[in-house]
Amino acid sequence: MFKLTKIAVRNLSRYKRRTFLTSSLIAIGVMFVLVFIAASGSFKYIMIGQITDSMLGHLQVHKRGYVASIDSLPLTLNLSAKAEEKLENTLENIPEIEAFSPRIKFGGMFSNFVETTNIRVNGVYPEKEISTVPLFLSRIKQGEKAIKEGEILIPELLANGLKTKVGDTVVVIATNRDGSVNGKQFVIGGIIESVTGPGGRDGYMHINDSMEILRMEEIEISEVAIRLKDFDKLDAVSNRLDGLMSKERNTEGKPIFDVQTWEKLSPFYNVARMIDVMTFFIKLMLIAIVLVSIMNVMIMAVFERIREIGTISAIGTLPKKILSLFLIEGFSLGVIGAVAGNTLALVIIFLINLVKITFNFGRQSGLVLSPSLNISDILWISVIVIFVSVAAALHPASKASRMEPVDALRHV
Amino acid sequence: MILVNAKSLTKVYSLGEIKVEALKSVSFEIEPSSFISFIGPSGSGKTTLLNLIGCLDKPTSGTLEVSGRNTADLTREEAAAFRGKNLGFIFQDFNLIPVLTVYENVEYPLLIVQNVPGEERKERVHTLLSTVGMIDQKNKYPDQISGGQKQRVAVARALVTNPRLVLADEPTANLDSKTAFMVIDIMRQMKEEFDVTFIFSTHDPKIVSEVETVYTLHDGVLTDRKEGKGGRHV
Repeated sequence: MFKLTKIAVRNLSRYKRRTFLTSSLIAIGVMFVLVFIAASGSFKYIMIGQITDSMLGHLQVHKRGYVASIDSLPLTLNLSAKAEEKLENTLENIPEIEAFSPRIKFGGMFSNFVETTNIRVNGVYPEKEISTVPLFLSRIKQGEKAIKEGEILIPELLANGLKTKVGDTVVVIATNRDGSVNGKQFVIGGIIESVTGPGGRDGYMHINDSMEILRMEEIEISEVAIRLKDFDKLDAVSNRLDGLMSKERNTEGKPIFDVQTWEKLSPFYNVARMIDVMTFFIKLMLIAIVLVSIMNVMIMAVFERIREIGTISAIGTLPKKILSLFLIEGFSLGVIGAVAGNTLALVIIFLINLVKITFNFGRQSGLVLSPSLNISDILWISVIVIFVSVAAALHPASKASRMEPVDALRHV
Repeated sequence: MILVNAKSLTKVYSLGEIKVEALKSVSFEIEPSSFISFIGPSGSGKTTLLNLIGCLDKPTSGTLEVSGRNTADLTREEAAAFRGKNLGFIFQDFNLIPVLTVYENVEYPLLIVQNVPGEERKERVHTLLSTVGMIDQKNKYPDQISGGQKQRVAVARALVTNPRLVLADEPTANLDSKTAFMVIDIMRQMKEEFDVTFIFSTHDPKIVSEVETVYTLHDGVLTDRKEGKGGRHV
């Protein structure tokens, strides 16, 4: 094989300009694909990070059926204190989990004594919430960056609509699961911005205040948000947790808990999927570029070397060796293009990181695009390019190997 | 043992609906270690005959045995392997591989076709290049040497595998007289030294004057066989 490779490489160097142009075309294609993967991947992970670290957490556990009715924030589908205790015990024994935050969520009325509107309230343990969604405090645009008992953090939309500000006294009224209405006065502790735009109506208060409004004698949790130490282990931890929690059954023998990743809870997942689909089509375009360019150059190589093929065939070269010779030429072009493309891509990605390109997402500004490549991305693209190069060379190589030496030698 | 045994050899080419009989029932026998030429005008069937003997083509009818093997029975792969083991080729246009040096061109059949081990390969290539007087040019590429030198390299390449039979199609057609004589002389030396049979297809009188036996072809028919002047060298 080494001997054939040596001859194949010499053949490529025979037509230097053509080899240079073909491998350049492949290299540029590889470079664009890798830079796109790196940049779109960076964008995607920044977005996912914003959503999971500001609001959702990486995983959430609810009572089964809660997510289907999540718009109405049903208090009747909260987890009981006993169930929540079981869940917490399980979570504490999973080493991959960094933090978790139990939440009571309910819908209520928010009034500044002049005007009233509706609000979605999240009752949280401040320390647990901040550990689980570490970007939470950065969303507080006005007021102290904290969640204190007796205070409420209200969304920007409400603050602007009701012309309320930090320090104002307001009242929150809600109906508990038994149907009785209760209210409690709060001081506005801060104005909080939404993650993805000005449409959010989520306010935050201490979980004890939520229990008081809802007249809970013992805690009932709507959801538990979970943060992992390593985001890449999302599926593994999700499956493990799901397996553990599915053993817990109610009196009817049905599972109590419902474990879901952020992907199932956020509409942004569809945007992330679209980025993946775009990446797939960009890869297809690369395959087309490689296929056409290699096939073109190899067909020309075979056509130009018909007499030479006749000669090596006449002196006894087996058809399979002639096939190998041309396949190695295609393979070598693919390798040269892939190596050059990878190198170019790494240089460009290094330069992008050096320049620090910033962009805004929703209410977040100044996010820095930090493209990076996994070794698996580089390997996959290289394998695709080299495989397609060999596949593209297959037809011309097969034609060369099937040539009758007597006809080939007669070719002018 | 007879090296080449042709009986009623016929080759018909189809050009659309037209059939051209390139060889018409040709029969002959060639002994080992011969120096033979087929002569005749263009279109007489010389190259067709050499192609058949070289297992590059198959006869339409008749039988042709080379080294005791019926060439019509060979598959493509078997024919290639047979050529690599038993035959050497010298072409009018030299047909050296342009990306390989003189040394590598001679080494090619041993390296790619016969998989001869390194040391033996090196020795055989050096011997042949020395014999044809090209050892000092071994690192040059074909486009850096003259026509006569190319043909000497082609002779070395044809002989490096120790074939029993070398087929040379118009080997002096692209050479000047002096160079042609030099190449013919080298081939004669090779024949003596390596006990190999040379079959030429030519209308070059220089070759005709040097061979032992001359077969004349005319319109695909073997019309004459006579001893050449080269017979005196045997």
